[in-house]
Amino acid sequence: MAALTGLERVSAPAPAARTRPRVWRGVVFLLSAVYFLIPLGASLWYTIYTPGSGVSLAAYGELLTAEGFLQSLALSLGLAVATIVMVLLLALPAMLAVRLFAPRLRVVMEVLCTLPLVVPPITFVAGIGTSLRTGTEVLAPTPFWGTIIAVQNPAFPVVLVLAYVVLVLPFVYRSLDSGLRTMDVRTLVEAARNLGASWPYLLFRVIVPNLRSALASASFLTLALVLGEYTVASLLGYQPFAVWIVTVSGSKGQLSVAVSILSLVLIWLLLLAVSTVFGRQRFGKEKGK
Amino acid sequence: MTASVEFRGLRREFGKTVALDGLDLHIAPGEFIALLGPSGCGKTTALRCVAGFERPDSGAVLVDGKDITNVPANKRDAGMVFQSYSLFPNLNARDNVAFGLRVRKVPVAARRKKADELLELVGLPTHADRYPHQLSGGQQQRVALARALALEPRVLLLDEPLSALDAKVRVALREEIRRLQLDLGITTIFVTHDQEEALSVADRVAVLRAGRLEQIGSPAEVYDRPATPFVAEFVGTMNHLAGHVSGDQVTVLGQLLPVDGPVPADPSVDVLIRPEAVRIAPAADGAGEVVAASFRGASVRLRLAVAGGEVLADVPGHEAAGLGPGTRVAVSLVERPVLVAARTVTVPAPVVTTDAV
Repeated sequence: MAALTGLERVSAPAPAARTRPRVWRGVVFLLSAVYFLIPLGASLWYTIYTPGSGVSLAAYGELLTAEGFLQSLALSLGLAVATIVMVLLLALPAMLAVRLFAPRLRVVMEVLCTLPLVVPPITFVAGIGTSLRTGTEVLAPTPFWGTIIAVQNPAFPVVLVLAYVVLVLPFVYRSLDSGLRTMDVRTLVEAARNLGASWPYLLFRVIVPNLRSALASASFLTLALVLGEYTVASLLGYQPFAVWIVTVSGSKGQLSVAVSILSLVLIWLLLLAVSTVFGRQRFGKEKGK
Repeated sequence: MTASVEFRGLRREFGKTVALDGLDLHIAPGEFIALLGPSGCGKTTALRCVAGFERPDSGAVLVDGKDITNVPANKRDAGMVFQSYSLFPNLNARDNVAFGLRVRKVPVAARRKKADELLELVGLPTHADRYPHQLSGGQQQRVALARALALEPRVLLLDEPLSALDAKVRVALREEIRRLQLDLGITTIFVTHDQEEALSVADRVAVLRAGRLEQIGSPAEVYDRPATPFVAEFVGTMNHLAGHVSGDQVTVLGQLLPVDGPVPADPSVDVLIRPEAVRIAPAADGAGEVVAASFRGASVRLRLAVAGGEVLADVPGHEAAGLGPGTRVAVSLVERPVLVAARTVTVPAPVVTTDAV
């Protein structure tokens, strides 16, 4: 799972590789490059070439001024950050608690966290929609009515954050689980306790620093998922980035494809930045060997 | 810097298993106690009760006469060394050692100095900047020891700290732990399942069985005068030979030896004999025959067939050269008081005769 983000170090290829496998490797590499690059290249060409008027970067120039672009992007990024914070604050302490105090519940937790994968988003959003409507009616006479209205505030729909937390749970669980597997959590916790560390201290000074790459991969999976999420946001009537792209593609085809390419590049750059930062850190540690 | 530790009626159950069943033990200030026993005897649970990772169902742990049973783990004054993998992987050796000082907000310069001193003390002055994965198992345990000592605790807890190490490192490190402990005079509880380890470093060895204290005494006492057949069996190896008690003496393998300790009512008993107390000499008409020999370096352990059973005998390596399987030998026992237990050997008392072929 973590490999998806490119943050995990892939083990170096075996030196035993001879010429023949290398040829095959080249072929596979070429095929996958073609598979990925042709659609991308075609998209790029579509955005810069207009029959009749020739090649121009106008579509990209138009982006910044396009109505809704900045707002929807800001909304998506805001939702992503909120989701990351919330899902990590929920999942990490819960997973630690289960590991330390109730190892038997681990299976239950794993199943619960994986469940969102098998529930189709369309079912999920139908459920949320119904709950919101019924909830509003039921809560109308109570002070909670204000709360349920507030979570649906179009400026920052908290309800989407809640939905995304559920949607990304399987990915976050997997990343954190694989990170926690690499260390002896119980012993480290006990060692830190023995040295006088309080629970918050050991969480932030012992667990988190050793989980950095797992936390980063969880965060980036979440970011990618939230930036690209369409179904839930669209059906609940909000307009984050993905929904905006679809909306705008109806009227300005070139612009919407340009945005897609741009967001792809943006995420690539983010991932690249993070993986180099973490890669360098590991390298620095290993230098003394 | 040192304190007495007392276990008072300590009881702890995990579901149906009773890990500690009313353990009473008093450890004097500055003493090095080894808790010895097979896995599941409760020794680690007892240690974890001192560290605060385990809370007894009943009973109390007292340090310097003060009940600490309900003190949280991070407020106790006991440094612990774990079996393995306990160093913080993201910190180098110096920062690992200084971790406890950092928690207590000791200024950087002071904790750096202290950490370097401690690394020097455990013999790793040049490894301060290494990360745990760059250290060998033995070095990691040295750092862990330095880390446990950094807060100058009054009690040092060692939870099988050597069991994951190579034999040679294990021996070297246990001696170093002992040396340090004597220098610092710190009360130390050392949990191990390795009887040799326990006997070689501890002031007193406490043998535990099923959550209860079976015997406590100096290593020599536990080895030479085991209080119960279980201790005899667990600490070192014991031959069980059929014997017959008459008065305060017992006949075993044709020899009359004084009995040590209580005598069972039934005169037919098991006589417990250490392998090193069995003497053998090659003799064409000997009563025993070598069945197998296993080389152990300084000594060779021989399995001998004698009338009525088998006997293990340890002989010095250089004497064992001519004692291959099939050799006939004369078997005798060292003249000293022996321990007897109720009969478990089913064969009748062997009558060793010289004409046995």
